[in-house]
Amino acid sequence: MISIKNLHASVEDKPILKGLNLDIKPGEVHAIMGPNGAGKSTLGNVLAGREGYEVTDGSAVMNGKELLELETEERAREGLFLAFQYPVEIPGVSNLEFLKASVDAVREHQGKDALDSVNFLKLAREKVKAVNLDQSFLKRGVNEGFSGGEKKRNELMQMMLLEPQLCILDETDSGLDIDALQVVANGVNAMRDENRSFIVVTHYQRLLDYIVPDYVHVLADGKIVKSGGKELALELEEKGYGWLENGEA
Amino acid sequence: MSVFQTQQLAALEQAQPLNWLADVQQAGKAAFADTQWPTRKVEAWKYCSLKTLGDQGFDAVQPAAIADAEQLQAHINIQNLDASKLVIINGQINLELSDALALEQVTLFADANADQQAIIAERLNAARQQPNQHLFNDLNDAALQNGVLVQIAKNSRLDKPLHIVSLNTGADAAYAVNSRVLVELGTSAEMTLIEQFASLSDDADNSFTNNQTDVRVGDNARFNHYRLNMMANAASFVGTTRIDLQRDANYDAFHLGLGSVLTRNDMVINHNVGGSHAEIAGIYVPQGKQLVDFHTCIEHKVAHCTSNEVFRGIINDEAKAVFNGRIHIHQDAQKTLAELSNKNLLLTNKAEINTKPELEIYADDVQCAHGATVAQQDEKARFYLQSRGISAADAQVMLSFGFINELIDNLKLEAIGDWLRPVLAQRFGREQLFSAEQTGDL
Repeated sequence: MISIKNLHASVEDKPILKGLNLDIKPGEVHAIMGPNGAGKSTLGNVLAGREGYEVTDGSAVMNGKELLELETEERAREGLFLAFQYPVEIPGVSNLEFLKASVDAVREHQGKDALDSVNFLKLAREKVKAVNLDQSFLKRGVNEGFSGGEKKRNELMQMMLLEPQLCILDETDSGLDIDALQVVANGVNAMRDENRSFIVVTHYQRLLDYIVPDYVHVLADGKIVKSGGKELALELEEKGYGWLENGEA
Repeated sequence: MSVFQTQQLAALEQAQPLNWLADVQQAGKAAFADTQWPTRKVEAWKYCSLKTLGDQGFDAVQPAAIADAEQLQAHINIQNLDASKLVIINGQINLELSDALALEQVTLFADANADQQAIIAERLNAARQQPNQHLFNDLNDAALQNGVLVQIAKNSRLDKPLHIVSLNTGADAAYAVNSRVLVELGTSAEMTLIEQFASLSDDADNSFTNNQTDVRVGDNARFNHYRLNMMANAASFVGTTRIDLQRDANYDAFHLGLGSVLTRNDMVINHNVGGSHAEIAGIYVPQGKQLVDFHTCIEHKVAHCTSNEVFRGIINDEAKAVFNGRIHIHQDAQKTLAELSNKNLLLTNKAEINTKPELEIYADDVQCAHGATVAQQDEKARFYLQSRGISAADAQVMLSFGFINELIDNLKLEAIGDWLRPVLAQRFGREQLFSAEQTGDL
């Protein structure tokens, strides 16, 4: 699915990622954990192509294409999806118009016919229900006045509509109560299949009780310093990250 | 004297004045004749050049309505809006197209009874004493034949909004339309007025419109106002809105300047007695080589009044916009709360905005916040849209539209928002993807 090699990236000339390697096969769920400032969110932003995140070395090849050479929207159309840690509010742009424009753009790239407004509306109503949001959220401005949990569910709804190949969940669980977390986790689990892969970036082990990963990686100081199975998350919860940062790994 | 003035004065000679208004008309005419045509050196017109207008003559004779009723209907109906319509074509009230209810609700100056004549004369004379009077107000007074009076009695309410559509058809020879609306709301009265200025076709209308609307909002009364400038590119428009707020009166307004070669709007709000509140939103979106100018002035004359004014503009191509927002807090106007915000988006390097908040504060216990910005598009929002597969160009269009649609979303009459949204979306090269019918239940 994606092969990230020796990825180096800087923000305002400050190196954040310092040689990150990660291989993800179709259908796999990889959790990335690590202390604050390790570069967890930077990874998502770099892969999505955010301005201000400068790649200084390395590559990220998704389905045979070098992602890092594509525009942000092209990466999305190729099947990359970043669920934001802090989804931005865009007053005045209706959620529905936004979702339709997004799905249209991705479908067009995939050579599929555009959905007409009637069919799209039907689909959108279905998905908004699936993430347990009120139908009125479709008409409201994008994330405008949504609570933290509603924003995260809106991200999940977009993921369901776009059906991406590789989903990056950037601290989607931060600040969520258990109920909201379960809604998000159920949605993600329902989307798991043998072709779709996930990178789940989180600070807390709790999420991984609900979305059970195939692999857990520890990101510290811009590199993956330890990898293991799901039991690694429990160990981290117990011991913290100190023992890894001290170079014992 | 400019060509414009010479020709207008000649036209006034031909007009048949209303005898009981002769004083006001004479005063207006004399002042209009005496005024030197404003150049850019006159502060109020510094960024709004009247040179082209001044060199142009406009016929007084207004062409008869030429289009058939069906074609006209398409221009005067706002979908799903339940309003009573007063239709004015080329300055003349059209009885066939107007609703009977609307004709009942208004009084033409020519039909005014003695009591109404007294009210009209008093209001017109009072208006002449106001500051900021300019030569187009004088011209308006001089040419008063077709005025309209709306009276809402004490404790009563207009159940339906009154929708006054002023439609110009255009003609081979350019012509001028002077129109006047006087509104008088009694104590605790309530009404919604929609004033729409439109052209029959996009290219044929080269008319000049000079409109003035004076509203007195009585004690505890509410006046909801939509003032929509939607004229064709070649049409020139100069308009004045004056609102007098009495004790605990409420003014809630939305002003739209879609843009034309000249669209100038002066708005004056007088807080005359304590407890009144004014809430004003406005949008302008000139394109091509259009010019939209909003000059607003809020006079806080007394204590305990509040005002909140929000204007947003998007200027495209080589168009130009002017926003001059004056707030004048008089010495006695303690405990005033006044807010003013003007944000602008320039879509090209040649687009121009001249924005100026103008605060004059003579009271010491007031809260007054103001801001005028030329905004850049939000990088975070653009990235968010692009990260969902939307191209940078489409994202820009969506965000520009969103910038003004935020104010449209707040309109109390949703039908007007639903009707305006596609018009505005088209301005930015974007079709609305869903109709109001489809999303009605959301």
